[in-house]
Amino acid sequence: MSGASAAIAADTPHGAAPAAGQSSRRARRASFAWGFGALALALLVLSPVVSLVIAAAQGSGELWPHLLAHVLPQAMRETALLLAGVGLLVVGLGAGAAWLVTAYEFPGRRWLEAGLLLPMAVPTYIVAYAYLDLMHPIGPVQTALRGVLGYARPRDLVLPDLRSLPGCILLLGFVLYPYVYLPTRALFLMQAANLVEAARMLGRSPASVFLRVALPMARPAIALGASLALMEALNDIGAAEFLGVRTLTVQVYATWVNRSDLAGAAQIALVMLVAVAALVAVERRARRGRGFAGTAQRSRAMARTPLRGWAPAGAMALGLVPVAIGFLIPASYLAQAAATRIARTGFPETILPEIGNTLLYAGLATAIAALLGVLVACAPRLVSERFGPALIRVASLGYALPGAILAIGLLGPLALADTAVSAALQATLGSAPALIGLGTGSALVIAYLIRFLAVSVGTCEAGLARVPPSLPDAARMLGRGPTATLRHVQLPLTWPAALSGALLVFVDCVKELPATLLLRPLNVETLATHLYGEAARGTYEDGTIAALLIVAVGLIPVAILLRLGAPHADGRANRRES
Amino acid sequence: MIGRVEMFGLASLLAIVPLGAATAAEVNLYTTREPGLIKPLLDAYTAKSGVTVNTVFVEKGLAERVAAEGARAQADVLMTVDIGNLIDLVDRGLAQPVRSTILEAAIPAPLRDADGRWFALSMRARVVYADKTMPQKSIAYEELADPKWKGKLCLRSGQHPYNTALIAHHLVKHGPEKTEAWLTGLKANLARKPAGGDRDVARDILAGTCEIGLGNSYYVGLMRSGRGGPDQQKWGDAITVAMPTFQGGGTHVNVSGAVVAKNAPNREEAVKLLEYLVSDAAQGLYAKADYEYPVKAGAPVDPLLTALGPLVIDPVPLADIARSRKAASLLLDKVGFDN
Repeated sequence: MSGASAAIAADTPHGAAPAAGQSSRRARRASFAWGFGALALALLVLSPVVSLVIAAAQGSGELWPHLLAHVLPQAMRETALLLAGVGLLVVGLGAGAAWLVTAYEFPGRRWLEAGLLLPMAVPTYIVAYAYLDLMHPIGPVQTALRGVLGYARPRDLVLPDLRSLPGCILLLGFVLYPYVYLPTRALFLMQAANLVEAARMLGRSPASVFLRVALPMARPAIALGASLALMEALNDIGAAEFLGVRTLTVQVYATWVNRSDLAGAAQIALVMLVAVAALVAVERRARRGRGFAGTAQRSRAMARTPLRGWAPAGAMALGLVPVAIGFLIPASYLAQAAATRIARTGFPETILPEIGNTLLYAGLATAIAALLGVLVACAPRLVSERFGPALIRVASLGYALPGAILAIGLLGPLALADTAVSAALQATLGSAPALIGLGTGSALVIAYLIRFLAVSVGTCEAGLARVPPSLPDAARMLGRGPTATLRHVQLPLTWPAALSGALLVFVDCVKELPATLLLRPLNVETLATHLYGEAARGTYEDGTIAALLIVAVGLIPVAILLRLGAPHADGRANRRES
Repeated sequence: MIGRVEMFGLASLLAIVPLGAATAAEVNLYTTREPGLIKPLLDAYTAKSGVTVNTVFVEKGLAERVAAEGARAQADVLMTVDIGNLIDLVDRGLAQPVRSTILEAAIPAPLRDADGRWFALSMRARVVYADKTMPQKSIAYEELADPKWKGKLCLRSGQHPYNTALIAHHLVKHGPEKTEAWLTGLKANLARKPAGGDRDVARDILAGTCEIGLGNSYYVGLMRSGRGGPDQQKWGDAITVAMPTFQGGGTHVNVSGAVVAKNAPNREEAVKLLEYLVSDAAQGLYAKADYEYPVKAGAPVDPLLTALGPLVIDPVPLADIARSRKAASLLLDKVGFDN
């Protein structure tokens, strides 16, 4: 193991550091530490995947002729259409909204900037439940419509059913676009003004500036956000199942749950994982060699164009569409349902400890994921150009698996760790607690970390793409160690991106369901498990208070980001660079 | 308050709570049944016996978690729904045999394992929800494939355990060819893609999307009692409920049940909890709180359920249905039922 880490450490960018001098020796020691840490992290993230591979290998493969004949043609078509539709929608909405709030100035812009994040705080399956209530033939919308049009009965006016592939695409697109919006906005904020202003001066229309200059420059962020949103869509089970969309993931669950065939389910999930990894690699290859970085010279943030006349109202209306569809409409429906419940049965007394548990586990996992995210994203520049990118790929694996499958994969490694640790404790202290990993909160934090590390690594990486490589390289050649370079060069330049990554991770942890459900300790409920406990027995309205609290808890980081992030990105970033 | 909560969270995080070492009697329950359904029962048990019941609601992966915990497992009782899931726990070696005269006296033989490795605790029937205008009051499951229902049938996903068990039951009774033809007929009759839950069948009947469908019996109680809110009460009141049977047989029922975990640290308490759950009081609570049928003969049934008519259970053993579950699931794929 130490041999491998030495190999990683020796492969520093631009050859070895200068041989003489105490500082370079310190730098070399730090490189060793980094290499070792990278290896440990890779092992941690890979452990559930390895245990799934072992599970898959225990199957006979007899499932595949059945899958090929009866399942895959349809499931792959449905999945591909879902991903294509959701992809188009999240990129259009996310990048468009990010451009709107960073390129233009209009009254209420700051509110819109924060509001556009809101949809991601609501679990997708709850949005699906709420929208079906609203849009059902006997729901309020169609009832009102029939009233206006003068139809008496629901069957006199048959509209398209939300329970369909197009319905699922629309719903997921409007809920998941913040994954694109957030990193793209961060990137637009860091974007040097000169290109955009040059394009404007050359008489390009606003649309052309957006499509020809801003969008291509934002490609790393858009690609990252879209891949996160698509993995969410791919691994979604609640909304898809409820809306009758038979994706590959639904098939994984049917195989596992209905046929007690974990091996078969693991086989399908791993094939999907390979497909996802291949798609991500193709996108990266296509992007390679193109420069997205800024220059080392001082750069200004782009000045927002003030809008005049009717334009501010138009911009606001346009920006409000995704907020309304993705959040305001379902959330006000939930709020109304919650109010009715509280009036009827009072405030559920268990909710306070549930908030505490939610914040505790999500907060811990976010803190660790944010730190590791920066470190991993910086690894290619700091530790090894050869192994760093590999570490990034490995660290991002957890997001590409359905949550419950990842959690299942984690059970084996946790049990192994438990055995090892309790044997060690028994030997040294003479006694050991029953369970250290499994059945304790640490299992949850580890699961969140593995699952969402991709988010924080990805956002940091997209942020780093804007840092000219000459800066850290210069620091390394001047004999600075990786840690010092990180602290003095990369961290100050990437922390807006790291912050938005941490925000995404936190919200993801707060609403995470399958791993939380499977791994949490006895007597511990979070807001997400409370909500699901009600939804699963058909009384999701009783869980709406928890649903709203998930949104509220998700809002806290939005508020923090608004306070810290926005002024920073507007002003301080420039000051620090100059 | 928050301080204490965080302390508790931290404590459990670091696992410095020595589980099982407390002085008061405790029993640890892993359940796939939602907290809202079993909490009334467990609260009543604690009030009566003073035993603390620690619970965790785990949905998918209960068996995998218990298996991974192995000999250090905290689990005493594993509770789940669907006979397939119950027998799966036994097949994976996660259950241990229990001899209890109380359990054996209360639960009829077909509703428990001969070796005491699983026990059914409550039952639900798969019944027909239909438009109020439906002329006939009795119907066979087989008849739902009749072309006269073309474009009028609503169902949830065939791959949902409730439907898969029914189809497995049909497989046992009629064999694969007839079941495939039946499924093809059902699919041809669908008014919409299989989606949503059982109560959506009632809602869609109210909307006129369909005229007939299948759902579990307790949802009728849940909807009609108003416990699910005024909207659901309207759905429940919009339908007529028929107690279907297999031709020449009885109604398909599925169960909720429990096993005592193989490595239960509190085995005695586990058995006591199960024995409580088949007591008259608890069986009455199953009926009252959850609108389920009690397994114990003579235990009261909620009036909302007795209104559905007498329940005649089909004689096919539950274990046979469980064993056909996988074949049923594969057959569903073959006819593209959910597509």
